[in-house]
Amino acid sequence: MTMLKPISFLILIVCTNFVVIECRTIQPNDENLIQQICKKTPNYALCIQYLHSDPKAPSADVRGLALIMVNVMKNKANIAINKIHQLIGKSPPDQKEALDNCADNYNAIVVADIPEATEALLKGNPKFAEDGANDAVVEARGCENGFKGKSPLTAENNAMRDASAITAAIVRNLL
Amino acid sequence: MDRTNNSNHDVPFTYVSLPIGPHEDEALVESRGKWKARPVVFCGLLVLVSLVAFNGYKGSNGNITTLTSNEDLKQKTIHSHKWKPVSRGVSAGVSEKSNRLFTKSNNIGGMLFPWNNTMLAWQRTAFHFQPEENWMNDPNGPLYYKGWYHFFYQYNPNGAFWGDIVWGHAVSRDLIHWIHLPLAMVADEWYDQNGVWTGSATILPNGDIIMLYTGATDALVQVQNLAYPADLSDPLLIDWIKYPKNPVLVPPPEIEVYDFRDPTTAWLTSQGKWRISIGSKMNKTGIALVYDTKDFKTFERIEGILRAVPKTGMWECVDFFPVSTKLDIGLDTSARGDDVKYVMKVSLDDDRHDYYALGTYDENGVDFVPDDTNKDVGTGLRYDYGVFYASKTFYDQSKERRVLWSWIGESDSEDADVAKGWASLMGIPRTIVFDKKTGSNLLQWPVEEVERLRMKRCKFHNEKVMPGSVVLLNIGSASQLDIEAEFNIDKKDIEKIKQTNEEYNCETSGGAANRGALGPFGLLVLADEGLSEYTPIYFYVVKGSNGNLKTSFCSDQSRSSLATDVDKSIFGSTVPVLEGEKLSLRILVDHSIVESFAQGGRTCVTSRVYPTTAIYENAQLFLFNNATEATVTASLNVWHMNSAFINDKQVKLKS
Repeated sequence: MTMLKPISFLILIVCTNFVVIECRTIQPNDENLIQQICKKTPNYALCIQYLHSDPKAPSADVRGLALIMVNVMKNKANIAINKIHQLIGKSPPDQKEALDNCADNYNAIVVADIPEATEALLKGNPKFAEDGANDAVVEARGCENGFKGKSPLTAENNAMRDASAITAAIVRNLL
Repeated sequence: MDRTNNSNHDVPFTYVSLPIGPHEDEALVESRGKWKARPVVFCGLLVLVSLVAFNGYKGSNGNITTLTSNEDLKQKTIHSHKWKPVSRGVSAGVSEKSNRLFTKSNNIGGMLFPWNNTMLAWQRTAFHFQPEENWMNDPNGPLYYKGWYHFFYQYNPNGAFWGDIVWGHAVSRDLIHWIHLPLAMVADEWYDQNGVWTGSATILPNGDIIMLYTGATDALVQVQNLAYPADLSDPLLIDWIKYPKNPVLVPPPEIEVYDFRDPTTAWLTSQGKWRISIGSKMNKTGIALVYDTKDFKTFERIEGILRAVPKTGMWECVDFFPVSTKLDIGLDTSARGDDVKYVMKVSLDDDRHDYYALGTYDENGVDFVPDDTNKDVGTGLRYDYGVFYASKTFYDQSKERRVLWSWIGESDSEDADVAKGWASLMGIPRTIVFDKKTGSNLLQWPVEEVERLRMKRCKFHNEKVMPGSVVLLNIGSASQLDIEAEFNIDKKDIEKIKQTNEEYNCETSGGAANRGALGPFGLLVLADEGLSEYTPIYFYVVKGSNGNLKTSFCSDQSRSSLATDVDKSIFGSTVPVLEGEKLSLRILVDHSIVESFAQGGRTCVTSRVYPTTAIYENAQLFLFNNATEATVTASLNVWHMNSAFINDKQVKLKS
């Protein structure tokens, strides 16, 4: 009979541990989710970096993380657009056509892809968010490839492409 | 089948009966209406075929010989190095199920290919349904009422991309010539404030029309709502009323609020109740929920589910309907009986494809059981192996047929859509019947009314196409065509080649540039004369290890355009070819959409094509045979197609 007390105490400890451990994986606000999700994207380090730059990330679910990335896409697009505007005035003539084309590419990202992705994620129709993110990759690539010589927008296009590819990969988890 | 011995001296309008699909006993009717007088002079029925030596894919050098004399029919051999296999490039980190857009990475030499207005304007179709501008997606609530076909659709009034969705509306007498009406429903209630999404119509025996549709509420929950016409005496059904006590269905507790949409047309149970299904998912298992109702206002959740298939993901746009196993007619959605099989169809969110299965339906057990569990809902047959999604059927009681509508999205980039001001088409509506010959698939065929658009016909009979050759069909401009063709491989060629274990897969076997003993051969559509751009639609036959032939039917977009921002996938599938059957196909070419049908509609492939050069008067049609051993004989009818003038007719009501 005297064995019962320590045994039941042991059982209590074990069960409590068990519950605590299990609870850890159930909670959405878990660093593990961000890591799990980022592992499934083409660029783990960049994904972690982008998500961590938003205070809402630790408590976000997959949908929330995707929305955070759409916001990152929006920032990258705006940076590119600003640079395109700067360049258009002073560019050499052989770059003018390519820059105009880039303006069209990024206009599509800002006017169509990002609003579409945002609405799709908010309203629970994620395939359109994947479409929007995938298209942004195509637009960034289109801009970059339009330059005959060296592109003045390589850094901006790469950033756009990377952010969009990460977004698309995160959205895939919702499908 | 008897064939007149065709030669250069054929009497005009000699009719040659080609097997054209399910209605084999019907004669091919010449197009009615204004286009009876045909110019005899032109291509017409002379076997005026000129041969173009294929000269490599980046355009020609000086070596093209065009032969115009009939006596001088020489065919040039195409050296195999000219047909370069497509370099697929590296798709880093992209899973197989990724959206196809992500693989549009064919960057040939880093060339910028800017779209100009001429190229973009050409892309609009002449006889496919599309609104005047902006974005369209799922077909909604198709029905036939008081002499009019009604068509509703997901529409964005604000841009050429998905968003702000409302219900567009159009009517037609014949499923081809459409009149646009004012929007049927907009997002003006809390229960559809964030989207008036997809739904289906049920016509009750007393003539009432019920529309059930999904609304995305102000709280972003997906619910089902009831709407009905404001005035049933208005054959155009212009105004719609939403039931004041909407929603009529909310997500059940075990279902996510984001996974509850696209209610089906209802069918009568033997208890006299109406039954519907709504697709959803539990984790990654696609499921179809079932509800019964007497009045479409209160619903009873039925225990169990119609079907569940693991790993298929969310089931959108569920469709469930009976087909006759004996008759070539459609059946009312509530039909039942001994000679009836059931079709369950889903749109998979996961891979943007529409799948169907044939099977049996047990009403009491609420069970759909596929005839072949290896080809289950979402894992087996597809309606179409190309761009084809969110499809929906309806029963056309006026002609006793079941008609299939489908959304055909764009395969280009968004900046082109923004520039051209529109995105998406509907496929030509198709009739659906059970394939009595195979017993294991459906047959789809463009509705016969599309044949009313046929104008001038060019006929080619028993054209012999040697291995490795290309034949220009001198029919004039080739952007709007209806083609019916038959192909025959020389029996001696089949007998002499070795058996092989080759597994051919349209999507991964390298397209029309990849030569086999008995394929590929078929047609090059939207091709320019120099063959810098072309889209092969072809058969590829493999002689298997038991001597049996296995046939694939493919549409190859890999060289469809010099542009670098369009999708260049290859689509297709195997197609059953029964003993004694010739290889037959039908192709509808309408500018940037190509719809292809093999063996009377056993395998169908829809693709979007965006050439930069092979447009307007430069678009041509070729026969080709890139097999190494097989000599192929082709017979075809090619009709030029009239426009349906869809966007010339709008009904604008005073606000």
